Amino acid sequence: MEESTNLASEQVDPPVIETRGLYKIFGPNPKDTRKLVDKNVPRSEVLAQTRSTAAVVNAGFKIAKSETFVIMGLSGSGKSTLVRLLNRLIEPTYGEVYIDGQDITKLNRTELRELRRSKFGMVFQQFALLPHRNVVENVEFGLEIRGAPSSQRREKAIKAIHDVGLGGYEESPIQALSGGMQQRVGLARALATNPEILFMDEAFSALDPLIRTQMQDELIELQARLNKTVVFITHDLDEALKLGDRIAIMKDGVIEQIGTPETILTEPASDYVRSFVRNVDRGKVLTADSVMTKSQAVARQKDGPSHAVRIMRQHDISSLFVVDNNRCFVGLVTIDETLEAIKKGAKTLDEIVHRDVLTVETNTLLRDMLPLSSGQKVPIPVLREDGRMVGIVTRAALLLGLSAETEAAV
Amino acid sequence: MTFHIGPYFEALINWLKTTFQSFFDSLAGVLEYSIELFENILGGPPPLVMIIILAGIAWWACGLKKWGLMVFTVLGFSLVWLMELWGLTMQTLALVLSSTILALLIGIPIGIACGRSQRAEQAIRPLLDFMQTMPAFVYLIPAVLFFSLGKVPGSVATVIFAMPPCVRLTTLGLRQVPPELLEASSSFGATAWQQLFKVQLPMALPSILAGINQTIMMALSMVVIAAMIGAGGLGGIVLRGITQMKIGLGFEGGLAIVVLAMYLDRTTHALGSKSTLHVEE
Repeated sequence: MEESTNLASEQVDPPVIETRGLYKIFGPNPKDTRKLVDKNVPRSEVLAQTRSTAAVVNAGFKIAKSETFVIMGLSGSGKSTLVRLLNRLIEPTYGEVYIDGQDITKLNRTELRELRRSKFGMVFQQFALLPHRNVVENVEFGLEIRGAPSSQRREKAIKAIHDVGLGGYEESPIQALSGGMQQRVGLARALATNPEILFMDEAFSALDPLIRTQMQDELIELQARLNKTVVFITHDLDEALKLGDRIAIMKDGVIEQIGTPETILTEPASDYVRSFVRNVDRGKVLTADSVMTKSQAVARQKDGPSHAVRIMRQHDISSLFVVDNNRCFVGLVTIDETLEAIKKGAKTLDEIVHRDVLTVETNTLLRDMLPLSSGQKVPIPVLREDGRMVGIVTRAALLLGLSAETEAAV
Repeated sequence: MTFHIGPYFEALINWLKTTFQSFFDSLAGVLEYSIELFENILGGPPPLVMIIILAGIAWWACGLKKWGLMVFTVLGFSLVWLMELWGLTMQTLALVLSSTILALLIGIPIGIACGRSQRAEQAIRPLLDFMQTMPAFVYLIPAVLFFSLGKVPGSVATVIFAMPPCVRLTTLGLRQVPPELLEASSSFGATAWQQLFKVQLPMALPSILAGINQTIMMALSMVVIAAMIGAGGLGGIVLRGITQMKIGLGFEGGLAIVVLAMYLDRTTHALGSKSTLHVEE
């Protein structure tokens, strides 16, 4: 019955997408190819021996509801194939794909079509819009395929167009729009059917850098409102780190690592990932809690000055943070003033505590902390949203966290 | 050593003729009916009315700004009328239109099949090559064998001769649809029919229209040749000009054919670019 308790705990947050042992092998000899790739034989050698290529090798992951899951890899890494296995635009060679607990590799054509109509939306790198239709007609496409009545179709399409910020362009011909606007149409088309899962295949890769950044920001904002499960494919690590709740890094069909942006940066699982993340601007990704140390040295508000002095002596420091009974941050006392207070016979730290101390929250980006920390004599306390103090960041920790070379040094 | 394939082909034709006699008879009936229908429609109204209608179609196809074709239509067909070739011209036009429609009815579905399936294309392609390279006159012989003399065998030969470009250009049009568009429609759960009617055919329309234009032009050239088996019309005049050395008559017949050809070509071309413009705008 151990199994059942495990299952029960999983049922709280069942994965929307789950893959098990997923392979896609192109070529005449999948069986031998699978054996070879499982033994980590290099791709060129596998191709020479079997005339087959494994585009996706033993992919197994779970994607939770409302999660933005980014699959990242360079061209030829199999990322585009992998996303197409999830909606069976490409048939898997081996393995299973579960959507809401249902193995979709077992579905027949009609069932698969129904599933695509009801649960999936997809956005393509080259937009894949119909040039003979205007904006609203393109956005209606998915609803039309479903056989929705035309009045309802128009209404939903117009809502989706407004969601992506294209209101007023409903009747514009597609060719009159810029790339960024065309991709908004693509996004609106995918959203119009209100799908549970959104597949985005290099959706922003064909756009200018400036437009791309803008679209990324809007996707984040849109996602905060709509709460879709998003599978986002990209070759751009910065984009992956920015958008992803979790990132899967692929190389030659193999998923090298799956983790949060911070894990990918701070604990790269392989040399490949390490070399990948070396040049990333870590300040844009890492937050205070990833470089903070838990501070043992704090005084309670009700503690007497002599107790505070003892803690400072113990830790060999000249100032001390003060928290209240709930560990909420109060302020800072210095050794000089505390000793002074003892002479005066004060019973609490209340009178000498400095309350205007610089603090940061756990999710403050290192980039934003850097200017704050300069000229700071004491570490910066890190607070949770509710005001509880969870740790401190020293300037040294901050600078080390920003430099990727720490990994290499360790 | 010699080997002649001819006698076997003859035997095959004879066997087909006797075995499918009733099929050929009913096909002939349908063809005859449709040709007559077109002759009645085109030849029914007085020439003046018809010229106005033809000019109206040209105007509709080209738009007001390009009035050249409309002027040409009025002048050209008036000339045909004055040369006393009106009736024969309308006969030829009727034969062209009924043959073209039949060729399109058969050709476009075959083209669609070839566009969607590699295997179908591989099967059909040699047949198309055969149909296109075989000298046009050769079609006349089996046509006569199955349907004897007159307009019906003329029409049959024309259909066979004029069909290949329509098949090819329909296939080409479907193949040119970007694969990501097909992928996108599949990802939204489109059925094969939805994909065909909502994505492939609209995208292939310019190419299909070019194919229709080609088919009409080839039908016109074949209809003239079909005069040799008694299909009548302008081809008959040209043929009489040749056989009786009446150079003036032959020239007049030829001129009427040129007027008809230019009218059909420019009008269908204009219709084609009209729809293409719509796509590109």
